Amino acid sequence: MNRNIVIIGGGIAGMEATKSLLALGYTPILIESQPYLGGHVAQWHKLFPDMSSARELVDRLRKEIAAANLFLGTDVVSMNRLANGWTLKLSNGIVINAAALLISTGFKLFDAARKEEYGYGIYENVITNADLESWFSGESDWRIPQNPQAVGFVHCVGSRDLKACNSQCSKVCCATAIKQAIEIREHFPFAKVYCFYMDLRLFGKKYEDFYANAQRDYGVQFIRGRVSEVGETFDHRLQVKAEDTLSGKPLKLQLDMLVLMAGIVRNQSVQSISDMAGLETDSDGFLRSSDNEYGVVESGQPGIFYAGACTGPKTVPETVAEARSAALQIHSYLKDK
Amino acid sequence: MILEGRQKIWSDYQKDIPDDHWYYVRSCIRQNFFPASERMFTHIVKDVLGKDLYETPHHTTCGGIAYHCDTIPQETAMTIVARQFALMTEAGYENYCPSCITSFGNYAEILETWREFPELEARIREDLWKACRKEFNKPKYLAHSSDLIYHWRGDIARRAKKLLINVNTGEPLRVVEHIGCHYAKMFPSKGVGGAEYPCVLAGMIESWGGQVIDYPERRHCCGYGFRQYHVKANRGYSLSNTHKKFESMEPYHPDLIITNCPGCPYFLDRWQYVIACQTGKTYGENGHGIPVLTYEELAGLVLGYDPWDLGLQLHQVAVEPLLQKMGVSYDPSAKYLGLNREDLMKPELPTSIKCY
Repeated sequence: MNRNIVIIGGGIAGMEATKSLLALGYTPILIESQPYLGGHVAQWHKLFPDMSSARELVDRLRKEIAAANLFLGTDVVSMNRLANGWTLKLSNGIVINAAALLISTGFKLFDAARKEEYGYGIYENVITNADLESWFSGESDWRIPQNPQAVGFVHCVGSRDLKACNSQCSKVCCATAIKQAIEIREHFPFAKVYCFYMDLRLFGKKYEDFYANAQRDYGVQFIRGRVSEVGETFDHRLQVKAEDTLSGKPLKLQLDMLVLMAGIVRNQSVQSISDMAGLETDSDGFLRSSDNEYGVVESGQPGIFYAGACTGPKTVPETVAEARSAALQIHSYLKDK
Repeated sequence: MILEGRQKIWSDYQKDIPDDHWYYVRSCIRQNFFPASERMFTHIVKDVLGKDLYETPHHTTCGGIAYHCDTIPQETAMTIVARQFALMTEAGYENYCPSCITSFGNYAEILETWREFPELEARIREDLWKACRKEFNKPKYLAHSSDLIYHWRGDIARRAKKLLINVNTGEPLRVVEHIGCHYAKMFPSKGVGGAEYPCVLAGMIESWGGQVIDYPERRHCCGYGFRQYHVKANRGYSLSNTHKKFESMEPYHPDLIITNCPGCPYFLDRWQYVIACQTGKTYGENGHGIPVLTYEELAGLVLGYDPWDLGLQLHQVAVEPLLQKMGVSYDPSAKYLGLNREDLMKPELPTSIKCY
């Protein structure tokens, strides 16, 4: 009997599901379009709220799934429904018959240059959350000043923004901004750090403590209001205009660096897979689960399951929990066949 | 500024601008403020570039000033605009070119409103028919007159007699470009270059040899802002906005400001005198102000026209320092002579800002 399980997407959702399926006695096939595993987490420095190393998590998972069949830098080019599963053709020419599929294609970060008023790609010291993580991880970045006196973070860049065609909350940006603000203060103890937010959505375990720490122990200032425009001063600092909606006053600040918290949007590359498999997308552009309360990892099509941010923004613990859940669902599905 | 990033945005916000056959409508106020600007535009388009540009004396206000001062509802402005479109249709044109930025914004807003709410367009058509028995086609293309000069900036550069280069130093002149708020802030896709980094005037400046200044308050309103000025009690607010812009651009030592709006050149020009009276501060060199020109006046200077024929003597801020930098020859004794050499009489000159 065919017990092939194909996992499309090698981020932490795909890796964790692979690990769980190996433990259940399967040898899953993991396909990742990038030449490396770990997805966005592999590019991240530390994870909130415990400030654990993202790289260590990915390295640990990589070792734990060494027994699986891995195809890196590989795309699915075609997919056909069979009576008892699916046949997939890969970009390396290999054809696989699969009894079950797990989609874990993740998300894309919003292109911050689309919010033109923030000046990403226009002003030298405007960067994104992802750029800052790369720098924290040791990558050099000429846009990050040597000794900044003032640094700003803009929450909800491309999230909860109808003009950016994304009305949904990206869920992880508030806590990420707090984490990065703390890290900036650790790198530059004399820098003033400001966070411009709409609402602070700190729903997870210890997030509220994290927020209190940022204010009490690191002196991060939180300003409730959106940034309206960014310009450059004569001495090449950034001039940021915003409204402090709590005091009801307009605000103008000069900063040395502005970090845009680019939100989570659907991964466009998943479109071809959803078209080939006949999967539905939800109103937010992400893949539609069969049930948003009780069947988040189920696609509604027999033999196809979801894990992670392909169905919407997720934190790392949520992603890991979904991956384990999906693995058990697949096991249950194959056992019943 | 990362120029490649700006170029990327500029390439994202280009619009179709037909090369010929335009129906031109003048501004309510520009001929009073800067009387040669629209005359120079029609001369450049028709006589210098040889294009077809049509005007009708039956054109009226678009209602934009009243609309933005909250004295008429949008439906009234729509019916006025519908009549303008009927005049264009009767004349056999489909490319519509307003001289006024507020008109341009008004037309763009109304066309977008009709696209979203076709039942409203149907009602306005009915109202227009009842009022004056006219019918209309909507313009196929809508472009502001600065869009057209932007479109033909290369043709003008090829005919240039003077460039935006300081003849004493060989350096490009430093130019502030100020875009009228109603140009692209409401509909970024309607403006060349979008709303945040428009290239409609920057493109002219760079094509004619100048250097564009990006200063922190570049996007800020000139200070006119309709109710900021027309409601007399708010005029201090109008002045403070203009003052904010000058304080922001001061470190860059601009040689010139150009604008594409009826109100902006007026307020950026006149308020410099008021600021000088109130604070004793001037922003140009040696007690002068910073000259403020319309893009048509600047095109006229580039093409070699006499500055007094361009009406530059009617500016509050003296333009002579700019003329000297550009190497434009002029007759100081002819400054206050009219086109027929009639003496217009020299006005009393202020002491707070250097004038001639």
